[in-house]
Amino acid sequence: MTLDRRRFLTVSAASITGSILAACDKNPRSAQALLQLAERGNARVEAGLFRHSAMNHVAPDAPIAGPSFPKYFVSPRVPVWDAAANGVWRLEVSGAVRHPLSLTLDDLMKFPRVTQKVDHFCVEGWNARATWSGVRVSDLARAAGITDDAQFVDFGGFDKGYHESWDMQSAMHPQTILALGMDGYLLTPGHGAPARVHSPIKLGYKNTKYLTRVVFMPVRNGGYWSDQGYEWYGGT
Amino acid sequence: MAPLVKRNHWVVRLTHWVNVVAVILMAGSGMRIFNAHPAFARPGERFALNPWEGTPIPAWLTFGRWLGGARHWHFAAMWLLVANGLLYLGFLFFHGEWRDIVPRRGDARDAVEMIKFYLFVRRDHPHQGKHNALQKSAYFAMPVLGVVLVLSGLAIWKPVTLGFITALFVNYKWARVVHFVAMALLLLLALVHVFMVLSVDPYALRAIVTGWYDRARAPEARNARPFYHLFGAARSEPSSEPTPPSS
Repeated sequence: MTLDRRRFLTVSAASITGSILAACDKNPRSAQALLQLAERGNARVEAGLFRHSAMNHVAPDAPIAGPSFPKYFVSPRVPVWDAAANGVWRLEVSGAVRHPLSLTLDDLMKFPRVTQKVDHFCVEGWNARATWSGVRVSDLARAAGITDDAQFVDFGGFDKGYHESWDMQSAMHPQTILALGMDGYLLTPGHGAPARVHSPIKLGYKNTKYLTRVVFMPVRNGGYWSDQGYEWYGGT
Repeated sequence: MAPLVKRNHWVVRLTHWVNVVAVILMAGSGMRIFNAHPAFARPGERFALNPWEGTPIPAWLTFGRWLGGARHWHFAAMWLLVANGLLYLGFLFFHGEWRDIVPRRGDARDAVEMIKFYLFVRRDHPHQGKHNALQKSAYFAMPVLGVVLVLSGLAIWKPVTLGFITALFVNYKWARVVHFVAMALLLLLALVHVFMVLSVDPYALRAIVTGWYDRARAPEARNARPFYHLFGAARSEPSSEPTPPSS
């Protein structure tokens, strides 16, 4: 008798756990609200912990990934800027700015240059080291004269409309750069030539490649992967 | 029948079962996240310590369906795990019950005696308090692994913002290794725990649900090994008592 009751309790505990899991697996929408609440809360926690003084440190003698650095894009073929069809490549800086900019590669080369060996953290779980050279996004923002309305920034490119928007705090981090070079050479098409966003403080998918526009905005507008269910904040 | 004793406080019972749910969610979603890159080597490098480098975990053990979904579950359930863990550890500390699981001198010797007993090298169940020495070490190791899991988890969730935690584990890659190994050890201990409860002391299930425990059916009283004397058959066996001289 008592044994039966114990067994009943065990079995019911097991089946309650089981049905929670089964329900989630069959119908993730039922848990969606809770997961979204957690994501919003986590983004607030992450933004609260965020400091510009917290930097990614890679030892100067640490090996770089070199040719093993994964290349990725969402277009069917590696995107290459077609100057014959689209004219010379330019980076448009617009939105909540006093001086919208339209910069050629040569213009960007005149900005103060930073070179940093940092980690690249992929959402999949790997990290890879490379030495990136380019222009701080904060320097670009200063040149364009961002206004108080600039609370978010969207980085868009010519890889099938790929874009990702960021919080300003992360975009202004000293290690957030608009990279023009990698490991001592100009970017190759596989790594987002002619310019890409690179920062160790956001997961790889937030670092838009094949960059053509930087738009400062009062509200956020999602992104290629964030719209498909990856975390919008995606910070490290 | 001997009177029942209250063995587990409601906080312990509640946190135990919440933990079952939280650990299943965390381990399942964590293994799904791992499967997005089931290796520890960085691109272009090798990681010789893992013989299964590149081999994903069977999908039926994972939870969350896809990487993004599993990450949402993982980063939501982590709060449940942490809140529950803090409640449990806080209770242990303030209620003094940490004394039941924190190792003390003599536990190693007692653990050896328990192993000898389980291996039929020793005939009688060693004398014990609330838990035997092997249980104590397992119940102590589990929260320790929990702390390691939370710290290594923070290290790989925020490797830049909380870079000082990542540095405790050398770097991101090693924090990931520690996170994975600690998870595997915790699951192993949990499986052994369930096996031992069912095969040695199923009467403890009542104690972890209602709190009440029948001491007369304790493994020591039954001289119980896994699947031996499960129903108290040898309870009255005069194992160590000398036979009274006949008059």
